[in-house]
Amino acid sequence: MAQMNMIEAIRSALDVVMDRDPNVIVLGEDVGYFGGVFRCTDGLQRKYGEHRVIDAPIAEGGIVGAAIGMGVNGLRPVAEIQFADYIYPGFDQIVSELARLRYRSCGEFFSPVTIRTPCGGGIRGGQTHSQSPEAIFAHVSGIRTVMPSNPYDAKGLLISSVESDDPVVFFEPKRIYNGPFDGDPEKPAVSWASHPKGEVPEGHYTVPLGTADVVQTGEELTIITYGTLVHVAQAAAAEIGVDAEVVDVRSISPLDTKTLADSVNKTGRCLIAHEATRFSGFGAEIAARIQKECFWNLEAPIGRIAGWDTPYPHAFEWQYFPGKKRLIAGIRSMMELA
Amino acid sequence: MNKKSRLHIPHPAARPGEEPDFSYLDLSPAGSVDKPSIDARTRDIEHLSSGLVRVLDDDHEAKGPWDPNLDPGKLQIALRWMLLNRVFDKRMWQIQRQGRISFYMEAAGEEAVSIAQGMALRPGDMCFPSYRNQGLYMYRGVKLVDMMCQCLSNTGDMCKGRQLPIMYHSAKANVFSISGNLGTQYPHAVGWAMASAIKGEDHIAASWLGDGATAEADFHHALTFAAVYQAPVILNVVNNQWAISTFQGFAGGERRPFAARGIGLGIPGIRVDGNDLLAVYSVTLWAADRARRGGGPTLIELVTYRGGAHSTSDDPTKYRPKDEWSAFPLGDPIERLKQHLVATGHWSDEKHDKLEEELKAEVLAAWKEAQQFGTMTEGPFLDPSTMFDDVYAEVPKHLESQRRRMIEVEST
Repeated sequence: MAQMNMIEAIRSALDVVMDRDPNVIVLGEDVGYFGGVFRCTDGLQRKYGEHRVIDAPIAEGGIVGAAIGMGVNGLRPVAEIQFADYIYPGFDQIVSELARLRYRSCGEFFSPVTIRTPCGGGIRGGQTHSQSPEAIFAHVSGIRTVMPSNPYDAKGLLISSVESDDPVVFFEPKRIYNGPFDGDPEKPAVSWASHPKGEVPEGHYTVPLGTADVVQTGEELTIITYGTLVHVAQAAAAEIGVDAEVVDVRSISPLDTKTLADSVNKTGRCLIAHEATRFSGFGAEIAARIQKECFWNLEAPIGRIAGWDTPYPHAFEWQYFPGKKRLIAGIRSMMELA
Repeated sequence: MNKKSRLHIPHPAARPGEEPDFSYLDLSPAGSVDKPSIDARTRDIEHLSSGLVRVLDDDHEAKGPWDPNLDPGKLQIALRWMLLNRVFDKRMWQIQRQGRISFYMEAAGEEAVSIAQGMALRPGDMCFPSYRNQGLYMYRGVKLVDMMCQCLSNTGDMCKGRQLPIMYHSAKANVFSISGNLGTQYPHAVGWAMASAIKGEDHIAASWLGDGATAEADFHHALTFAAVYQAPVILNVVNNQWAISTFQGFAGGERRPFAARGIGLGIPGIRVDGNDLLAVYSVTLWAADRARRGGGPTLIELVTYRGGAHSTSDDPTKYRPKDEWSAFPLGDPIERLKQHLVATGHWSDEKHDKLEEELKAEVLAAWKEAQQFGTMTEGPFLDPSTMFDDVYAEVPKHLESQRRRMIEVEST
């Protein structure tokens, strides 16, 4: 075991899969010589060469489109989109081509592309470097959508994603690249060294796609969340002494409904939290599933805490971010209902 | 020059009721364009993007350096494939008009594109076609009955009822799945070609799109990637003059030929008479050799004419002169190859008529066979519960549960 932050864990995952399978290649903007703007591919080009770690032109549609063609020709491409906010020029290629190629050709053609992309706010990135567009991709049949919340899961899920024959959009919450974040920007940064999930095996292992993880057991309510907010939710519950069960969705699509529902059936209360905007956010899908599976055990209406339905404002980042205050308010209002 | 800026709204040379006018087309005489060596530098062959490579002249003789000197037997085979494409399309069009399939698209006037290029490529080369390249599937061995079953969405349908008619695919024949979204296949071809080079193989990729689709971002992405990495790929623009109702000026064809789109990126462009099978074959072979030997991509503009409607849902008499095709200066690719073979003593009207009858019979027989797999109204029918397959490599739980639900609802 080694201590890794999320960047190192992601890099280690890529290193492991590239070492095991010569068909795995990495392409994206600045990923090669420089090693990526977040350093996730640092050193990989030196190790695996320019034909396997490829600096790409600034054309996300071209990156995804070319990756699809490479995948059809037997490679296993891992494409990096530098920020999730930049993914939209590649959207048609992802939705109309990558997601449906297996379906439309009845399995004769498929392309096992993994698209890695940093998402989320809390880094003073303004509205073009802070978005969490996971719900848009979760809505698309044929792709898997993943968002880890810690180094151990990041590596295990990324290895699973690359090894999967399905295309995967792999969101990396960049606020927690270097350490878990409890939602308080005034506090000094914490490193992953003090977190149990910062312990990461150096070799090959997988975290299966399509499984949620109960990161904290509790009896009074369930908080269903993912990404950065996993840590914020834990901190919020701890601060007000509520015995919350925290479930990290981590595989957004396909969704592990059972783990989520089992928890809510036990606690009787469900608060859903994500950083993305609320309206038609992924929380709405979770809420629908939970009310169906847990209706007779619910002791309060399902609650949702999310980003406001505005773009992510630069100067008002912490008023926008669904931080501890909003989570605490959400938990309290839910607990007040007998 | 006007003193004020004003929009230029492109107008085609002729509208319904007007005389067809193709004076805008720059035509070089057959045999007049030089043939450079495959390792020529792009900057030295820029003129190929504005000239027009032609081999067959108006007297049906093959001329000049691009004459591939194909033996007459091979040309007769080419003629047969083009004619089969035409006969097949005519039958399927009729079948759609009878309401027996939902939709169809014909390649009338453009058959030389698929057949000549199919002939010039090797079986291991991968084709990323557009929706008017049915000839490629035929030439590469996809059976007519299988194509018809696809159009019928019946139990023999390779797409299991998931795709609109004509959206074929064949992994075995190395012809990719057709998308309804225009131009998306272009970057796929480039990526496929990059992978071929990464793996050290000598297979190349080729892709096709229309003049209209050159306006899509994917066209530009593909050219950029192809140029940057010198991918072994042939990028074809089939300039058939019309993108549904908008003439090629709306894709920017008024200013510079489409073949010149790659020059700014250092991609050689060749403008070729798309209705001249010999010229198309020769140009494609040149580009394929160049790509195979590390010379990188070539952009080929095939100047042709969309002889029919865009699709069965279209009515071209609403926006272009009815007799425009007959006035097209580059004629009809089938007629031109036929006349060339006749002129050289290797074909005759009688043989041609006989071949056409044979092909009609072949198509009719395929149609009869296809209907055995079911029609739109008569069984056997596809099992709709298969709609949940192939969304993912394995069917996930939520789709299994939706499948059960669908079966339950449908059985009540």
